[in-house]
Amino acid sequence: MEMNVTDLAVTRGGMRVLEAVSFRVSAGRAVVLRGPNGIGKTTLLRTLAGLQLADSGSVEPGPEAMAYASHADGIKATLSVRENLTFWAKLHGMLDISNALRDFNLETLVERPAGSLSAGQKRRLGLARMAVTGRPIWLLDEPTVSLDTDSVALFASAVERHLAQGGRAVIATHIDLGLDGEVLQLGPFKAEAPEDPHEDFHEAFL
Amino acid sequence: MALLKRDLALSVRAGGGFGLALAFFLIVVTLTPFAVGPNSATLATIAAGILWLGALLSCLLSLDRILALDFEDGSLELLATAPIPLEGVATLKAFAHWLTTGLPLTLAAPLLGVLLHLPAEGFFWLTLSLAIGTPALSVIGTFGAALTVGLKRGGLLLSLIVLPLYVPTLIFGAEVARRGTQGMPADTPLALLAGITLATVALLPFASAAAIRINLR
Amino acid sequence: MSERLPKPTSLWEYANPRRFMALSGFLLPFVAVGTAVALLIGLTWGFFFTPDDYRQGSTVKIIYIHVPSAMVAINAWMMMLVASLIWLIRRHHVSALAAKAAAPVGATMTLIALATGAIWGQPMWGTWWAWDPRLTSFLVLFLFYLGYMALWAAIDNDDTAAELTSVLCIVGSVFAVLSRYALAFWNQGLHQGASVLRAGAVTGDTEERVSNIFAVPLFISMAGFVGFFILLLLVRTRTEVRARRMKALQARERMS
Repeated sequence: MEMNVTDLAVTRGGMRVLEAVSFRVSAGRAVVLRGPNGIGKTTLLRTLAGLQLADSGSVEPGPEAMAYASHADGIKATLSVRENLTFWAKLHGMLDISNALRDFNLETLVERPAGSLSAGQKRRLGLARMAVTGRPIWLLDEPTVSLDTDSVALFASAVERHLAQGGRAVIATHIDLGLDGEVLQLGPFKAEAPEDPHEDFHEAFL
Repeated sequence: MALLKRDLALSVRAGGGFGLALAFFLIVVTLTPFAVGPNSATLATIAAGILWLGALLSCLLSLDRILALDFEDGSLELLATAPIPLEGVATLKAFAHWLTTGLPLTLAAPLLGVLLHLPAEGFFWLTLSLAIGTPALSVIGTFGAALTVGLKRGGLLLSLIVLPLYVPTLIFGAEVARRGTQGMPADTPLALLAGITLATVALLPFASAAAIRINLR
Repeated sequence: MSERLPKPTSLWEYANPRRFMALSGFLLPFVAVGTAVALLIGLTWGFFFTPDDYRQGSTVKIIYIHVPSAMVAINAWMMMLVASLIWLIRRHHVSALAAKAAAPVGATMTLIALATGAIWGQPMWGTWWAWDPRLTSFLVLFLFYLGYMALWAAIDNDDTAAELTSVLCIVGSVFAVLSRYALAFWNQGLHQGASVLRAGAVTGDTEERVSNIFAVPLFISMAGFVGFFILLLLVRTRTEVRARRMKALQARERMS
């Protein structure tokens, strides 16, 4: 099963951001989104995750196959690392969190309250959440922010392991993770300012 | 189930909402005689109403915590993508709020009733009406929290939106307690109160979920 | 905005901002003149050319403001409910903006109804305020208006604000009706029933009902208040549309 994005158009804040975005990701491959700030990388990832409605176009498979990690990790400071992970695992009907703990080198931290973790450790916990969802497609928004070089390598190998098991990943990042996949420049999909201001309803205010 | 367990663990560990609402309830009740005078006959007449109003205001205090914390740390977004319907999330959040706020308030009300010279016949009806009415307060409050979750300083606005929605619940709830206290039959308002609670629990989570979705977009 | 538009094929096309601006701009002067005439005739007739009531004296004449404003206060909320539903179902932006524009007018009408009610109630019942179900439900209605307007004001993103206020308007309507019944249950009132539009009002056969001689100027005055509401609604919605247009232009500027 491969991931198919066809002719996607997205509006944010009343303005068309992206237009005619099409790409495909086959099993075991990753796509890296590139482009300057504000081009719509986050918007695209949120649309794929089903958090934002697309104006037109289609995404196959639907949001139920996607695990999304944004800038916020959804970590509760008063719960321990184990409790945090177990919660998300249970929510997704999964039971085993030991693989995720090992892959993201969290085994020594399991009983620590998440609030006492360093920024990088928290980030690793947030990314370990992806692994316990059991979902095949990972959507990652700037996953390497506040990770040191070792952790970046750790993260890259975790993504690789996920890909090797037939998973897929769409990643917005500026760092070269050395992953097996292609780069998608979002620049060409930037929506043009409407030529004819009366063309459709949103622009009817123009 | 996991969500409910997590929410309960969070509110117990963070300490906040749980004890705070009870303390506020106690303060309202303590201040009442200072405002209306220590005459026990006066207090006995207004006790049921003051206790209902106090419980309602205490409930209001912790509403913005229902969703705001989860919104800030990104959990709400992740919950929206999880394989559990957002309507279910809204219902569970309201239930967790009731367990940590409505239920303790209901249990504390008879104790505080003693302070306000609540007549003996009133205790049963007061506790019963709070037990039946407070779930509606939590569910309506969750709806208000869902509307204002994206706002930086939503607290005051939340109260402004939620309080008018509390009017029917308060009227019927306090009416049950008042009639019960005066030894009058209270089954009609009790049935209406139960009706409001059932209807809000059944329907309002849909509106809450819709509001959350809009706020996450 | 000046070039000619193709002829509309459906009523819904008037919900397009440009068509709305064209149509409302055309209608505005007629509504304004009609409103002015109706208010002038209705209020002058009511105040100066009707006899004093044998029990209430000249205080009865406040009815020409009290009843129409109360009617508009309720119907403004109904209009907001309909507009919110149209926005949620058919996504017409003008509809959402019309609901936004109606709220302050409705809130003001509620205040006028409450104030005139108090002024009328003082000589009639000997009190400025009574916790009567009808009075109290207007007070509660005013609170609903406040919450609705505050929510509009608090949210930066216009589309998000339109969606959330629509949801609030629908849920609020249900609770407003519930409150109305709860209040009727809670206290029996002093206020007479809604007697103006009953059949007896025209025949005026009982003293409880508003009798015939007061009814004709009252209906004219009500028409004037409705016209006044529509006039303010059109003007305010036009302002909102222009404000949105300005924002859209600025956003386009930033984009290119």
